[in-house]
Order: sequence, then C-alpha cells, then structure tokens
Amino acid sequence: MIEFRSISKRFDDGTLAVDDFSLVIPSRRTTVFVGSSGCGKTTLLRMINRMVDASSGALEIDGENVSAIEPVQLRRRIGYVMQNSGLLPHRTVIDNIATVPRLNGVPKRAAHERALELMDTVGLDRAMAKRYPSQLSGGQQQRVGVARGLAVDPNILLMDEPFGAVDPIVRAELQQELLRLQRELGKTVVFVTHDIDEAFLLGDQVVILEKGARIAQRGTPEEILANPASDFVASFVGADRGRRALSIREVDGARVLVDADGNLAGRLVDRPAEASAS
Amino acid sequence: MNLFLDAFAWIAAPEQWSGSGSLPQRLGEHLLYTVIAVGVAALIAVPIGWLIGHTGRGREFAVGLSGAARALPSFGLLFLFVMLVGVTLRGPIVIAVLVLLAIPPILAGAYAGFEVIDRRTIDAARAMGMTEGQILWRVEVPLGLPLLFGGLRSATLQVVATAVLAVFVGLGGLGYGIVQGIAVRQFDQMLGSALLIIALALLLDAVFALLERFAVPRGVRAGRTPIVRSASPRRRAVAEPSA
Ligand SMILES: Nc1ncnc2c1ncn2[C@@H]1O[C@H](COP(=O)(O)OP(=O)(O)O)[C@@H](O)[C@H]1O
Ligand SMILES: [Mg+2]
Repeated sequence: MIEFRSISKRFDDGTLAVDDFSLVIPSRRTTVFVGSSGCGKTTLLRMINRMVDASSGALEIDGENVSAIEPVQLRRRIGYVMQNSGLLPHRTVIDNIATVPRLNGVPKRAAHERALELMDTVGLDRAMAKRYPSQLSGGQQQRVGVARGLAVDPNILLMDEPFGAVDPIVRAELQQELLRLQRELGKTVVFVTHDIDEAFLLGDQVVILEKGARIAQRGTPEEILANPASDFVASFVGADRGRRALSIREVDGARVLVDADGNLAGRLVDRPAEASAS
Repeated sequence: MNLFLDAFAWIAAPEQWSGSGSLPQRLGEHLLYTVIAVGVAALIAVPIGWLIGHTGRGREFAVGLSGAARALPSFGLLFLFVMLVGVTLRGPIVIAVLVLLAIPPILAGAYAGFEVIDRRTIDAARAMGMTEGQILWRVEVPLGLPLLFGGLRSATLQVVATAVLAVFVGLGGLGYGIVQGIAVRQFDQMLGSALLIIALALLLDAVFALLERFAVPRGVRAGRTPIVRSASPRRRAVAEPSA
C-alpha cells in the first residue's frame, strides 16, 4: 500500500506542481493517474521512488516513510517504465534487462537467465537478446522497458505514459499484454496517462487530476462513468458526448443503443454474456 | 612534381637515417613531445570536462577559458615562457605550451560528449537506482567516448603541427629540417620534413581511429553515431579516414 498524506511539491522556480494531495494506493491493483499535460502526474509518480522529494506532507510505502529510505536502495526495489523506454543505447537488450539485478550483485549468468525468462514474460523473442535498443521497434523497446522494470521482481511498478509514443495498434496490443501480466503477477501498478480510454481500460482505481494534482474524482471506471463528480469530470471522460453518451432506441421491438452521433453501439440485453467480467 | 621527388629522395637518403640529428631521432623527439603533451593535457582536461558534463556546472567558465586559450599564439607563448623561466627549463616549457594548446579541444570533447547524451537516458539510469558514480562510469563515460575521441584527435593534430616550434629552443623535432632548410634554402629538406610531419599526424589519427573502434561501445556506433558526429566540435585540419 502506498499512501500520500497531504503531499505538496513546489519546485525551485516556484511552480506548485502538487497541492495538498492525499490518496491511498492499494496493493496488487492498478491505480491510474489521468489528467491533461502539466497537471502533476509525473511529479506524483516520481515522489514514490524519490526521484522528486515532496516539499511537505508524508509518503508511506507499507507504513514506512520514504524519506527515511535511501533513494538508491528505494529505486532498486521499485520498477520504473517511462515513455521513451529510457534504455541504455550502448547495452544489448539482455544487458539492459539485467542492469538492476547486476547492480544488486546478482551473478551475470543468473541475471541473464532471469532476463531471458522476462523476455518470454513480456512477449519478446529471445532471439532479440543480443540486439541493441536502436535495432528494435518502438513497441519492442517498450517491452524491454517493462521487462527491465520487472527484473528485480518489485512489488511496485511505476509506469509513466509507457505507451504514449507507439502507434495505436501497438498500443492496444501492449495494453492487453499489461492486463495479462497484471493478472499473472499482481503488482502494485501506478500508471500515468493523459488518455482517459487507457485509464478506464487498465485502472482498478482511476484518479482524475486537475492542475496542481488536485483530485477531480477518484473511483473505479464504472463509478466515475456512472456518477461524474463535476462538469469537468463529465466532459473529461466524455460522458456527455460521443460514444460514451449512449441512448436507447426501439427498433422492431428490440432495444438498441446509439451514441451521441447516432451510430449504433450495441443491443440492450437483460444480462451480459460471459467474459466481460474478469 | 620534381620538388616532391627531391623531397622523397632526401627522406630516403642513407645519411638521414643514422647518426646524430637523423630522421628517426627527429621523429622520435617529435612523437615524444606530442605524446607527453596530449597525455598531460588529457589528464588535466578529461576529469574537468567530465565533471562539467556530469554536473552541468562550470560550462561557461570552460567555454571562456577554452576560447581564450585557443587565441593564445603558441610561438609568442614559447618565447614569453623562455624569457620568464629561463632556457634551462626548455623541455618543460615546450611541453607546457603544447599542453595549453591541447587542453581546449580535449576539454570540449569531454563535456560535449556528456552533453549530447539524451537526458532521459540518464534520468532512467538514476530512476533504476544507479548511484552518481555508476551513472558516470557506466552511462556517461561510454556514451561520451565518440566526442572525447574527436577532441583527442583534434588536439593531437594541433600538437603535431605545433611541436615544430621545439627547434626554436634547440630541442629538435621534425621542425629542425624545416627551419634549417629555410636558412640554407634546401627545399627538398623543408618539404621532406613537412611531409613527415603530415605522415606522423595521419598515423596518429589512424591509431586513434583504431582505438576508437575498440573503445566505443557497439550500440553507440550502431545507433547514435550520425547524430553525435554532426555535433562534433572537431576542427579537422586533415581529412578523416572514415572509421
Ligand atoms: N524539475 C522541474 N522544475 C520546475 N518545474 C517543474 C519540474 N518538473 C515539472 N515541473 C512543472 O510542474 C508541473 C507538473 O509537471 P508534471 O508532473 O511533469 O506534469 P504531467 O506529468 O502531468 O504532465 C508542470 O507545470 C511542470 O512544468
Ligand atoms: Mg508527465
């Protein structure tokens, strides 16, 4: 469990990036911070591994205040995946994945063995182990980034717009992979995105943020869609328009759903078929 | 063309290859001054350049100092030092002049090598839990090598060219043949000596190109080299053998 207690962050230049933020992030679930650019998502995320230190307030991981943990030690037990993958260009895929275990003193052979397993886990062909990052596609680089984030088997995985820079088809694929991974591994994932669809797809808990990391609404995707807390949230999630604003129309005695543009979205039935709940 | 043939004939003549003041001796002196000067300059400039590159501080200072040092006339400096310190320390004086010449390009290569590294790569390394020392040695130094080599090569070329001055304080080197050749109007000797200086410069540059091949990590060459090269601070006097 990660707990933010009245956290604020003012940068040296005077920017108040986070203003009195409090939140509990439950273990083994995915929490998504979503909001427009500059609202403080990255700053919040980087406080968890002390890449940024709070100006005031307390941040605890499983009851332990992070300010009492040495940053290097803290970071080595938290996975971190960023938008551009941040891979070391002069190291091969396998060495990139094995970086942190090697820093922790794991022998090379064991670290490489584990790195190969992780390549399987994230759906990378082992044949790519000896390639350099520049020889991979954007999607493959992100998979390496995820594998590296998982290398020390951390309880916490921080992901900062990890799929922001890949094309929509690859993004959808990576999102599904992450859902599968999360079902298998059950990490405490903190995921940052500006894409509300991605937030609703991946998040067990979704936190919609406004400037200064003020919480506009927090809840499950269902709760937020059913009851937007404000006009801001309603418009941010698009509940009032487009393909989220569905209305019922009777056609030959059957009830179908159409979106705000009049496009057919589906048919209304009494109980949903299997598989939608998992 | 005749002049060149004469120059090669002068180089090949047996009397240049033995005894005191022979070509091997002059070449050895020239090489020695160059190696010592570039070595000392690297020992001074590389750590400072890395420090500037790693911390991002002191850059203006280094740029200003390098600019000023580049503007110093080596010839004038040599005589100034001799007048100030006296002829007994001619060797150290020549080296000091050459070191001053070599420092700016090496310094620039060292810190520019760090500056061209994607900030996000370093940020990711830190976020993974690398200590500052690990970031320096395992990320910045290897990724900064191409530009550092550029600086070393540039410095070496300048030093080889300028070590000609050693003869003015009686320390020989390949400048001897040129200066003496001018005095006695021996054009074959002048040109022959100049050609040997060029050959030495090319040889040293080739040695660096080879070293670079072994030292620079493969992934850097595969992926980043074109970007890095275009940002190179090198000012090449001689065409670069493509590495
Ligand atoms: N190191 C920094 N120094 C000064 N201001 C910063 C720094 N990092 C972020 N900010 C500012 O803090 C605010 C929040 O930034 P960030 O957390 O990166 O937002 P997001 O990730 O939601 O786009 C922005 O106004 C940004 O300009
Ligand atoms: Mg951000």
